[in-house]
Amino acid sequence: MELQGIYILWLRDLKRYIRARSRIIGSLGMPIFFLAFFGMGFRRVEIPSLPQNITYIDFLAPGIVSMVVLFTSTFSGISIVWDRQFGFLREIMVAPISRTTISLGRNLGGATTALIQGLIMIALSFLIGFKPSINGLLFAFVFMFLIAVAFTGIGIAISTFMHDIHGFQIVINFFVFPIFLLSGALFPISELPKFVATLALFDPLTYGVDGMRWAMIGYSEFNPLYDLAALLIFCVTIVFVSAALFSKMEVE
Amino acid sequence: MEPIVVKNLTKTFNGFKAVDSINFTVKKGEIFGLLGPNGAGKTTTIKMLVTLLKPSSGEAKVAGYDVVKQPNMVRKNIGIVFQEPTLDLELTAKENLDFHARLYGLNKKRREERIKEVLKLVDLYDKANLQVKKFSGGMQRRLEIARGLLHFPKVLFLDEPTLGLDAQTRRKIWDYIIEMKEREDVTIILTTHYIEEADKLCDRVAIIDKGKIIALDDPENLKKMVGEDVVSLTVNDPERLIDELALEEIRKIVRIEDRLELSVVKGEIMIPRMVEIAQKVGVEVKSVSLRKPTLEDVFIHLTGREIREESGKNAFWRR
Repeated sequence: MELQGIYILWLRDLKRYIRARSRIIGSLGMPIFFLAFFGMGFRRVEIPSLPQNITYIDFLAPGIVSMVVLFTSTFSGISIVWDRQFGFLREIMVAPISRTTISLGRNLGGATTALIQGLIMIALSFLIGFKPSINGLLFAFVFMFLIAVAFTGIGIAISTFMHDIHGFQIVINFFVFPIFLLSGALFPISELPKFVATLALFDPLTYGVDGMRWAMIGYSEFNPLYDLAALLIFCVTIVFVSAALFSKMEVE
Repeated sequence: MEPIVVKNLTKTFNGFKAVDSINFTVKKGEIFGLLGPNGAGKTTTIKMLVTLLKPSSGEAKVAGYDVVKQPNMVRKNIGIVFQEPTLDLELTAKENLDFHARLYGLNKKRREERIKEVLKLVDLYDKANLQVKKFSGGMQRRLEIARGLLHFPKVLFLDEPTLGLDAQTRRKIWDYIIEMKEREDVTIILTTHYIEEADKLCDRVAIIDKGKIIALDDPENLKKMVGEDVVSLTVNDPERLIDELALEEIRKIVRIEDRLELSVVKGEIMIPRMVEIAQKVGVEVKSVSLRKPTLEDVFIHLTGREIREESGKNAFWRR
């Protein structure tokens, strides 16, 4: 195995992440405001399917953490398009390592940065008044990791079709946002009309959000093992699919 | 074993032959140049040799390996410096090199020694820990050359190594390439459309035009094709003058717009005679110049066109 290759690709992603401090802060802005203002605004709203003892901010926080992981990981996957634009992709592609290795290295790198962003978001949500189960955070970490790997893979897969960064806005507005809004991050999916609720079952993030919520506040709409299985299957499939697409990609 | 052997190599894009059945062999330890205008097929040739493009037909062996059947072995044994920059600007010079060394599987000890060595070779050792985005174009180029050498390649590919650099930086890069050839056990193949670059650097030059190699020899021999001197006459009626200049001493005349390029033996003696002939038939001579032939003249001699006419246009924004 070309572990050295995977390691250095991972390390590069991490170094780039740490150096882009303004991006770290910038990308956390929106989720923090979401959490703070939705938390305040819907503080007294009663959601019929939600047990009385769960406050809206406790319900919302795992969803917002998932959102951070979703956005960061998808973006890291798509950042291959930037590498193509700036030429660096070629340096990687002519190296004597397999495309699968490259894809895996990028996947792990992107997932790691998304995990770190997610952890920062958890820490910040404490400040806004979120009180999760501390023991549960370990399980939450597992769900976060799976979301991160899966959506970095999705980003990589998308990047193989995108030849410049112009399509980026389309991906955000017509793919990433619907995934987020459908996932039950902001409200229980049982509140949705039947048809839309069915659609939500095909959104992999639904299981991530539900699993995270179970781990952090003990409430979930599905059996957490079911969440775990669904997310795991999705994750493994995407890793393979993205590696296969990446291998086929032409770089001149 | 020859480092590069190319046989009938062809690349077709939608019916257009970008590279048309070319043949050449590069000898061990030499600097081999592919000289030609933009769009002549140089970069396409290089891309096939470095396994980025699949040939439409023909074959090529690099460092003894077939570029189609053993691409990974080829990749292990070559270094490449592309026309466009391929550095990670967020990383430091050293990190870029470390990244590369690990991709090519160098172990820790070798990696550290080698990074130091190549950085010193291109005089960037004191800038090792600076982010590459703070580097000038010339420094980035040097770093890329250092990186191309890092993993002890048998063959180094330089695709337009000085494209878009100013004249002074270009000369410095040449010095590095020459030093590299002397100190490293490496064969170099480069593409260029700069005449002087091919002339100064290359042991042998293949002149390539419209996908075909139209001449291949060392620069001195190529220039001998043209003759001893080249006289350049700018006149108001070039067609008229061509007819009158059918002298034995004039080996070849090429017309480029209102200018005549004449290959002659003793230019300084020929000039007054030619001016006299022009005056006799009423053709006005606007300017005259005499020079030793360059590779540009070789190209003009062979194709009736200049290399320069389309070059340099894109040079400043590329880098």
